[in-house]
Amino acid sequence: MSSPSIQAHNLVKTFGNFTAVKNLNLEVQPGEIFGFLGANGAGKTTAMRMLCGLLKPSSGHATVAGFNVSTQTEHVKKNIGYMSQKFSIYDDLTLKENIQLFSTIYGLTSAQTQERMKQLAIQFELEDKLKNLVSTLPLGWKQKLAFSIAVIHQPRIVFLDEPTSGVDPMTRRQFWEMIADTASTGTTVFVTTHYMDEAEYCDRVSIMVDGQIQVLDTPQKIREQFSAQTMDDVFSLLARQKKTNPKQIL
Amino acid sequence: MVQIENLNRYFGAVHALNNVHLHVQKNQLFGLIGPDGSGKSTLFDILATLRLPSSGKAIVHGFDVQKKASQIRKIIGFMPGQFSLYQDLSVLENIRFFANVYGVAFDESFPLIRDIWQQIAPFKHRLAGKLSGGMKQKLALCCALVHKPSILLLDEPTTGVDPVSRKEFWEMLQTLKSQNITTLVSTPYMDEANLCECIALIQNGKILAINSPAAITAQFKFNLFGVQSTRSNMLIKQLRQFEKTQHCFAFGKTLHLMLKDFSMTERDIVEFLEKHGHKNVAVWRMKPGIEDCFIELMQS
Repeated sequence: MSSPSIQAHNLVKTFGNFTAVKNLNLEVQPGEIFGFLGANGAGKTTAMRMLCGLLKPSSGHATVAGFNVSTQTEHVKKNIGYMSQKFSIYDDLTLKENIQLFSTIYGLTSAQTQERMKQLAIQFELEDKLKNLVSTLPLGWKQKLAFSIAVIHQPRIVFLDEPTSGVDPMTRRQFWEMIADTASTGTTVFVTTHYMDEAEYCDRVSIMVDGQIQVLDTPQKIREQFSAQTMDDVFSLLARQKKTNPKQIL
Repeated sequence: MVQIENLNRYFGAVHALNNVHLHVQKNQLFGLIGPDGSGKSTLFDILATLRLPSSGKAIVHGFDVQKKASQIRKIIGFMPGQFSLYQDLSVLENIRFFANVYGVAFDESFPLIRDIWQQIAPFKHRLAGKLSGGMKQKLALCCALVHKPSILLLDEPTTGVDPVSRKEFWEMLQTLKSQNITTLVSTPYMDEANLCECIALIQNGKILAINSPAAITAQFKFNLFGVQSTRSNMLIKQLRQFEKTQHCFAFGKTLHLMLKDFSMTERDIVEFLEKHGHKNVAVWRMKPGIEDCFIELMQS
């Protein structure tokens, strides 16, 4: 088996005397869809920023695509794609221009850009709309474009931070089909979501509570472990536990 | 309490609200359910008298939004989709500010806000900008209620909030209902629809359906099955090729298969899949949820 896409050992991040991430340990394999769940303020974003090379860990060790997230941040950034709920795409450019822009930023040659554009247009059915201004398109299309841009340079890992917030139920499901399609080509997908039904599309999920991973397994095994019908029930159980201490609501 | 007739709103060529009709009864918990960009916020802005309609009528508690804006503003509590409190004021300062603007005294013990206040009181000296998402929403709700409004307008109060905080927020709305308050709330989370007495599904500025959640699911027009198999990635592609299929989407590990033909049975679907090499297929009839209905109505 090839080496893991993401490896974290005892990763810690403190801000002053507040520990946002406590001893994060995880290993994600190539082609895996990994769901990274947790309540608001549980430390998901901080953990994700460390794995993307945007925030230096206070202690511990992590590699992403084989590169150290503390010391080789530029290598990490070249090998990952990132998409957040607030997509960073240009409304006053066309789909095609956006793809060209980001492709150039990632250092693809114009021949490579053409090639990737062709592939993505077919894979994600963008063909019809390539010449349209982004501002004229519905949210679902912007989301497709943001995802295409996140994978334009064929990263080994793509990080998706609540990618499906606010879209209609059909678009949401089509988006997960795009994710599955991408993972089947060997790209690792690391995704956060507030839709608990989406946890079921993941190969494995972790649930973070107060900076720590409380469970990490396949959705089915987690449900069995908690004798729960749905992931939503598991999530409620874990997150309610912590609320016994009111100071930790924040 | 709220009457909307033939309401239209254009932004240039964009028809943001398309002939909307909607009635909200007294003390009702009414949900406006739809994705981003469907027109929910435009409708809230019109009801809150922050925008004028292009045509049509909207009446809030007997007052016309086009003529009686100042009367309406006194009797509504509005929580906009964007967090609009003062980030550099503390929790308590924000509440006192809104109380002063409305000319009322902040009274921690009055029933409408007592429960909510208890939850945020431990942080009353914290700056609003330093609160977590869930706590910000509770503070915003508190500020919207401080002048004892008779109608509460909540534009996506739970967006981006984790499932547990969302549940707590909805529990608060249920409590408010028992205290003579009419609530119009919007959400992109379809699972929250069932917590409302009446819902309107909205897409591209048009109302797709208005009714109780149970009545909406009862009007579902397709023959719905749940399908599972050990080889799930091929399954969806093959089911979409089945000639009777209208839609097929994954809902977690289960595929929801919508067929046009009501004579089809579990047996027909199993046979079709077995012909395509699937073994261990599970097929069962399902009752539709709000998301199934939304998908069906989006297409018609």
